[in-house]
Order: sequence, then structure tokens, then C-alpha cells
Amino acid sequence: MLESDFQERNRFFLNMGPQHPSTHGVLLIVLEMSGEYVLDPQPVLGFIHRMHEKMAESRPCQSFMPNTARMDYVCALPYNHGYVSLIERKAGIEVPRRAEYIRVITSELNRIASHLLWLGAYLLDLGAFTPILYGFDDREHILDILEDITGSRLTYCYYRFGGVSRDIDDKFVDATRAFIKRLRKRFVIYEKLVTKNIIFIKRAENIGIVSPDMAIRYGITGPNLRGSGIAYDVRKNEPYSVYPEFDFEIPVGEQGDCLDRYMVRVREMEQSLRIIEQALDRLPEGPVRGKVPKNIKLSPGDCNFAVEAARGELSYYLVGDGTGVPYRLKIRVPSYSNLSCLPELGRGILLPDLVSILGSFDLVIPEMDR
Amino acid sequence: METISMLPPELIRMVIAVIIIISFLFINAIMMGYLERKIAGHVQRRPGPMEVGFHGILQLIVDGVKLLAKELLIPFNVDRTLFRVAPLLSFTPVILPLLVIPFSEKLQARDLNLGLIFIVSMGSVNVMSLLVAGWGSNNKYSMFGAMRAVAQSIAYEIPILLSMLAVVLMCNTFSLKEIVGAQEKIWFVCLQPVAFLIYVIAGLAETNRAPFDLPEAESELTAGFHTEYSGMGFSLFFIGEYTNMFIVASVATVLFLGGWHGPHLPYGEYLGIVWFFLKVYFLLFLMIMVRWTYPRVRFDQLLNFAWKYLVPFSLVNILITAVLIKL
Repeated sequence: MLESDFQERNRFFLNMGPQHPSTHGVLLIVLEMSGEYVLDPQPVLGFIHRMHEKMAESRPCQSFMPNTARMDYVCALPYNHGYVSLIERKAGIEVPRRAEYIRVITSELNRIASHLLWLGAYLLDLGAFTPILYGFDDREHILDILEDITGSRLTYCYYRFGGVSRDIDDKFVDATRAFIKRLRKRFVIYEKLVTKNIIFIKRAENIGIVSPDMAIRYGITGPNLRGSGIAYDVRKNEPYSVYPEFDFEIPVGEQGDCLDRYMVRVREMEQSLRIIEQALDRLPEGPVRGKVPKNIKLSPGDCNFAVEAARGELSYYLVGDGTGVPYRLKIRVPSYSNLSCLPELGRGILLPDLVSILGSFDLVIPEMDR
Repeated sequence: METISMLPPELIRMVIAVIIIISFLFINAIMMGYLERKIAGHVQRRPGPMEVGFHGILQLIVDGVKLLAKELLIPFNVDRTLFRVAPLLSFTPVILPLLVIPFSEKLQARDLNLGLIFIVSMGSVNVMSLLVAGWGSNNKYSMFGAMRAVAQSIAYEIPILLSMLAVVLMCNTFSLKEIVGAQEKIWFVCLQPVAFLIYVIAGLAETNRAPFDLPEAESELTAGFHTEYSGMGFSLFFIGEYTNMFIVASVATVLFLGGWHGPHLPYGEYLGIVWFFLKVYFLLFLMIMVRWTYPRVRFDQLLNFAWKYLVPFSLVNILITAVLIKL
């Protein structure tokens, strides 16, 4: 009786964000708190809504390419990939094999870059100031490699309908192989600094346990889902591009706590390195752009394409109406569903645990708001 | 307890000592700030400040000038007296312990019989300034930080006291000069390694340094109890924090690492200060390295650690020490 009375009188509301050092982007979470315990977290979105889907409806489908990169700027190439594959599926455009291989290599490089940034940002939220700089150092190498062929460091607009815009050269292949060797050695450092760090383990183990049932109910995908024990990866379950030709594993966690999600992502980086190695070994010769009609007309009807972005399943849904301008483009982003379980997950936890959970979900708010 | 009458020579000596100590504080803050940024940089694979002066030596001085020139913002609706007083409150209790620390055989401002107790009591006063800052800022985040700071400081004072008590049991005195004197043959760190470890860890928590820096947890509470301070107020908090670290390291040196004892130097009674500073800065270097290596502990884990691990260990340590002394 006295305890609940005390809790009643001690309730207050705290605004976490929109400007906050550890919500990754402009996210407002209204916390109803009692002391240090969060009673009810309610996320509020929309601070960075930039009307990408409306833009897709207002201009020819070719002009939407730069938008795809800006939705999730940390991991832009899978977004590119989803969109160009969508239009290729809709309009029946063929992609040469060399272009598919290049797409896979660059997408996986981008996935590694995204996970490295996530690792640094997650640990920064937990108070370790050093891993983010190590992660950024490694990321610089990836960004340099990709800058040579794509021209941009962050918001890549490299893929085109029917292939990619520029061919890769020997410099790219050599630099990527050197990078793979380097990163494998760096993983040892991360292992010692982070994974075996007792304080980190205490902040991440048994925190924010997402049960498999909860994950499926909320539509959580990506490493968050795999951390809960469900081995679902779009690259394996709904294969696209040339992924069926590569041999890689899907790391799966057991419990669904923050540590499992962390381990899944770390192991995913290693698997991405495997994919890149195999792709570089088997890189076929040939053109990098297929035949694309001058004016792309999107036939009436709908079409869907799903890819595995760094955060989960990203799918584009297009409704065409016979012209070159889509009637409706709906983008299903992984972070939106990943965040939606927060009110149920965050009931009655401590504030530092909320920070840890948010960090382990790997949310990028601009992709949520589009 | 003998009283030394305040004759003019003694008075002049005290005044000079206080002036030297206060100026040393600022110099120490500058040096430690520089050291911290350079070490942080090199740990993080970057060079740290390099622009201003040779390898960035003048960086902190320039920072000091910048902070002096900043507008002293006082947010709307705060308690003006409390808000203004808090930085001063955090700066003053850290000056006083330096008066009793023996820098070398002849260099000590005042050797109190109860020197050790005096230092610990000043550490407790330190907490009050955090609370005043947090309350006076009229900001939920600051209040959070202040409450955490109070709970943390109170919890970690006990392991500090108990580990100091182990040394006192061995020397039979609270006077710092005599404790250093008793370490002529062997440093106490060899006789009391557990107490040394507990003291350093609890000292880190007492000064709110990472991994125990929850009161100023940047990523959770946007700078905690000093969110609303700008300019000189902010820098006073920081000078206070660095000085507190210095005091913790000096007390650890005095109690465990043999104070000013070291290989023989000419004018040994005065130049013992060189060994003292070497040891203190070695400990400070360790403290800074720890900050940039470990993430932050969660608050309840912090308190758990103090009450369930540090306190029992230090109690057992005292028990063993007492038994061994009796034998």
C-alpha cells in the first residue's frame, strides 16, 4: 500500500529527446517515470519526415534514386538495391551477372560499415568513448574504397536500372582484399576491448529480452529478430540477386537480450566478409549495365521487392499506373517495426537500461520517418 | 594535541603555503586537462590537441581564456543564490586537504594529528556542492544527476574509510606525516594490496570519474548536474574534479606508495617532492586510462558493487590486519 502510494506521488514525465545524445536521430520518447524506473515509454516520431514517398509519386521513377540513399544514410546501398531491383522486376529489365556481383560486394561492404558505426554508437551510449573512434577508423577504409568507384562517401547513388553506374577496377579489388585482412585482425581488438569487457556484459546481458513471440507480433526483422532465436534472413528465405550462390551462415542468438543482438551483429560482419571474399574470387567478366528502355513505363498493377538492409527487412511496394511516375510507392522500413515494441518492452525498466535497449536495436530515425 | 601558536613566522609560512597551493591547483588542473586530452587522443588512435603551441601544450590555457570570456548564463526560474554558490562550494573543500598532505619531509603546510579524518570529512562536504548544483539548476536532468551523485558518494565513502583504517591499524596514527615516516622500510602497498585496490576503486567513484561517472553521464542525462552551467562556473566544477582526483591520488600515494620515499636525492628533505609527484601522476595516468577504456556501470550495479563487494572485502581485510598485528 505504502509502496504504490509512494510511486503515485513520485511520478513525473521526462522528455528524452528530440535532441538527446543517445537517441540516434531526432526521436522523442516521452517517459512516464517513477524515480529511476520507466513506467511507460511512448515514442513520438515525425521530426524528420521529409515526404520521400510523396516525392516518389511526383517525379519519374529514375529521379527517385538519390532519395533512396537519404532515407537511411548509414547503409544506403541496400536501399539503392531494393529500389532498382523493384523497377527491374516491374519493367522486366535484365541485369548482367557482373553487375549483380558488384552490387553484392558493395552492399555487404556497406553493411559492415553500418554495423561498425552501430557498435561505436552503442558503446558511446553506454559510456565507453573509445570504440566509436576505432570503428570510425575502420569505416574510413570502407568509405575510401567505395568513394573511388561511387563518388560519394555516405549517400551512395551507385546502382542504376539494369546494373551499376561504373565498373570496378583492380584497385578496388586489391583495396578490398587488403581491407578484409585488416578487419579480421581488428576484430580481435574489438573482442578484447568490448566483448570480453565485464562492465559491458553487465550492461547488456539479460537486458531487454525480446521473446520470439513478441518479435513476430511486432514485425521485428533483421539482427533484432535473429537475436531472439528466429533464423529469418531475407537473403536466405527470399533470396534475391546472386545471394543463393554464396555460402554464408545466419548467426542466431538464444535469449533475445541486448548481448545476443550485439553478438549477432558482430558475427554478421564476419559473414559479410566471407561473402565479399567469395564474390571477389568468382567475379565474372562482362558488361555492368543491361539494356534499359529509354522511357520506363510502369505497367498498371503492383509489385514488391524486399532486401535485407543492415537493420532488417526493407521492402518497397510500387503501384504503377501506366506512366513513368509511380502512382504509389510504399517503403516498409525495418526501424519502424523494431521501435514499435518499445512500449511493451520498456515497461518498468531502469533508465540506463532503456538507453542500452535503444542502442542495441540499432535504430536510424531518418529511415523511420522517411 | 599541541597547539602551535600563530607567531608571525608561522603565520607567514601558512599564508605562503596557501598561496602556493591555490596556484598549484590551477596549474595542476591545466596539466591534468592536457594530460587527459592527450591520453584520450592516443587511446582513441588520434593525436589529441596539436594546433595550439607545440603539440597542443597551450591548449588548456586558451580554453581557460575562452571560458573566462563566456557569458554567465543564469536560466530563468532558478534559485539564484544556490545556482551561483554551487561552483564555489565545489571548489573550496578540495583546497583544504592539500594543506595536510606531506609533499616531502619538510614541505607540508600543517601536520594535523587527525589529518586523515580531516581529508575524508572534506570529501563528504564535496557531495553537498553537487546537490546544491543539481537542485539550483531547476532542471529535471540536473536533479537526477545530483541525486545519483549523493547516493554514489555516500556509498563509496565507507570502503574508503575502511581501507584507510587498515593502514591506520598498522601505524597507530592518523597523522599523514607519521604514516609516510612509517613506510621507510617497506611501502604499505606490499603489505596491504587489497586495501590499495579497494581505495583506488572507491576513490574513482568518489570523484565521479568513469566508469562511475553517472552524475555527469553524458549520453543519458545530457551532462547531469552541471548541464546549466557555462563559462567559469563550469570550469570551477572541472577544476574541482581534477583537484579531487589529485587528492585521491595523493592520499593513495601517502598511505600506500610511500609518499616521498625514493632513491636518495641531494636536499632530500625538500626534493622528496619529486618522487611524490612521480607516484601521484602515475596513479592519475592510470585513472585517466581507465576512464577511456571502460563503459559506464548502471546505477544499481554501482551501489551493489559498493555494498556487496567492496565493503565486505574491506571489512575482512581489516579483520585479518588486526589479527596479524596482534600476533
